[in-house]
Amino acid sequence: MIKRSAEPLLWMVFSAGGVVAALVLPMLLFLFGVAFPLGWIAPPSATHLASVIGHPLTRLTLVVVCTVSLFHAAHRFRYTLYDGLQIKHLNEIIALACYGGAVVGSVASAYLLATF
Amino acid sequence: MTKQIKLQVARYRPEQESEPAFDEYEVPCHSDWVVLDGLNHVKDQIDGTLSYRWSCRMGICGSCGMTVNGEPKLTCATFLDDYAPGPVRVEPLRNFPVIRDLVVDLGDFMQKLVRVKPWIVRSVEKPLAAGEYLQSPEEMDEYKQFSMCINCMLCYSACPIYGLDPKFIGPAAIALAQRYNLDSRDEGAAERLEILSEHEGIWGCTFVGECTKVCPKNVNPAGAIQRYKLNAALESVKSFFLPRGA
Amino acid sequence: MAHIAEHYTAYHPRWLRPHISTYWWLRKRSYFAFILREVSSVFVAWSVVYLLLIVYAVGQGAVQYQELLEWSRQPWVVIVNVSSLLLVGFHAVTWFNLAPQALVVRFGHTHLPGSFISLSNYAAWVAVSAIVAWIVIGG
Repeated sequence: MIKRSAEPLLWMVFSAGGVVAALVLPMLLFLFGVAFPLGWIAPPSATHLASVIGHPLTRLTLVVVCTVSLFHAAHRFRYTLYDGLQIKHLNEIIALACYGGAVVGSVASAYLLATF
Repeated sequence: MTKQIKLQVARYRPEQESEPAFDEYEVPCHSDWVVLDGLNHVKDQIDGTLSYRWSCRMGICGSCGMTVNGEPKLTCATFLDDYAPGPVRVEPLRNFPVIRDLVVDLGDFMQKLVRVKPWIVRSVEKPLAAGEYLQSPEEMDEYKQFSMCINCMLCYSACPIYGLDPKFIGPAAIALAQRYNLDSRDEGAAERLEILSEHEGIWGCTFVGECTKVCPKNVNPAGAIQRYKLNAALESVKSFFLPRGA
Repeated sequence: MAHIAEHYTAYHPRWLRPHISTYWWLRKRSYFAFILREVSSVFVAWSVVYLLLIVYAVGQGAVQYQELLEWSRQPWVVIVNVSSLLLVGFHAVTWFNLAPQALVVRFGHTHLPGSFISLSNYAAWVAVSAIVAWIVIGG
């Protein structure tokens, strides 16, 4: 009987988040973080973006992207603190802070996109 | 006069000092000499008190692992000429307690190795009269790479996670567990999963990848671990939906 | 037996256990690259936050959206976003290169070559990026 641990599930979400973040975030960051602000490409109009984001499929996709990416980041950052700073005795607090932050962010994104 | 090279060798003599020190020795730098030859020269001709482990001097026993210029190496496979003009810094294998000079204690790994059951586990052994277990070349290829491990501990020395948390089960132990999990004759995967799915088991690994880099036998423990993580995660999902097994 | 044990304990050598420095990750280039890869997670989180800021601004109307675009032109915001782009890109590249280690796929008598899995990931990356760009800029 395998002891029921959260680690396998956390790792799977971390992996899913890693793939999604790697595929989707770079182009979005390039457009909205670099190309549009620096004027390399003309930014789309608010109306166009509103209609794109308003579409239920986009909203669902964005919620999923945000949620798994945040959990990916939380999982990785938790281990970086654990190993990099050698603060093992704060293990529970670190885990709570990291995953808790991801939960807060995911709920916020779900709320924002549900009420868009 | 043959070329000489300087060895800076870590010394630790617990009966006379509490801090480690470095002793320097000039040894001949022949083109076919390895660091181990240099150390043997020191012990034979210069300083007989130097303590270190070695055996086969051909990369199969796993005894002569040490830290050479900051990197974990088999001293029988590391040529002095590659470090010319030197000096060459020889220290004990990192991440292990030092008993004396270049000798470290490997008891921790020995305990962990036994825990992962590195032997063929079968619910029912075939009687001798029934003959051998048959295995195709493809079935052997599945685990062959992981069977090459010589327990030299260079991977534990390179792994920062093991250095920071000695409770981590470590690369070689997991690779050796995989060697048996992937063996078609073995039926012990479930038993090993219990040990390996502890927090300090496979989940402690963050895929730094240093273990694979330093392995002298191309075992690729990092790959073994990541592969096993996927396996363990899928098993966990299966056991959640089918608690009594499919 | 106890007599022998006493002598052994008296002469048992004190083992040396060197302490690992907090800056262990600065000692080797590969250790530093590893920590950099792990720290990319912070920038992944920032990317999500930034994305949500944009969604919020668009939802509030054209004026808010323009204000956000103005704000994103500020030098420090550009620096943060360029750094994020570089590190999220670093995450993506290291992720796709290492994915084959976990994913061993049986292929006939042998395994699918690792390069096949990496290249499939890169191809997917190009495809998804193209689709995202096309949708955002307006097809």
